[in-house]
Amino acid sequence: MTFRHIAQIAGSAMNAQSVRLNTIASNLANAQSASGVESATYHARKPVFAAVMGDPTGAGAGVQVLDVVQSTEPLRRAHEPDHPLANEEGVVFYPNVNTVAEMTDMMAASRAFETNVEVMARVKTMQQSLLKLGEG
Amino acid sequence: MGIDFDKALGVHPDALRLRAERTRILAANIANESTPGYQARDIDFAAALHRSAADDDAGGLSLDTDGPADALYRVPNHPSQDGNTVELGSEQAAFSQNSSDFQTSLTFVNMKIRGLAKAIAGQ
Repeated sequence: MTFRHIAQIAGSAMNAQSVRLNTIASNLANAQSASGVESATYHARKPVFAAVMGDPTGAGAGVQVLDVVQSTEPLRRAHEPDHPLANEEGVVFYPNVNTVAEMTDMMAASRAFETNVEVMARVKTMQQSLLKLGEG
Repeated sequence: MGIDFDKALGVHPDALRLRAERTRILAANIANESTPGYQARDIDFAAALHRSAADDDAGGLSLDTDGPADALYRVPNHPSQDGNTVELGSEQAAFSQNSSDFQTSLTFVNMKIRGLAKAIAGQ
């Protein structure tokens, strides 16, 4: 049935967008988590989305989160010998989180989430009016 | 003489089914707004109608929504670098228009059913 498929598609999209919001929250929360070791420093996390072709006609696809990958952008190095976490050269590593980019990504993610909520609401009214078919 | 309900309701039940199918395709487009490489699809309603009208010889039109050939790929106005061809604005507009069309088809079917009910009741 078409309407159940729509609910599944919109639901999968909402799920994917909330994973995206989760990574954004994690990135923003850890934007200032300094470390003295480069490999132990927090790296920005990004979800990877992919379409799921659910039916043989391939005309309706949900979304799945394939993986959450770590950003390969270079870390921010700061020379702060007074910092308690500084290594022997006095260097502190800060995460490669771009706060401005994360904020815009957050807006995009929440807009996409809301759009799918709207789709669900509209489909619900369509289904309800279809149930009243023939009543007058 | 019996009433043939399929003929009496005309093209509208098929149109309604096609609208519901199109809702699903547009919902999938909106869902995959941020999926890299996803290509937006849509049904050409007029072409589907014309094709079935050309095939059909016995009056009533029937729309074939089963074939994969019905869902075409959208040509984007501004192609994006990640290969995604969903343009949220036009998808939202199409979705909104489509649900209005769905209500229209539904109203037509309802009118037909009311007419039939009157005929059966003999009013």
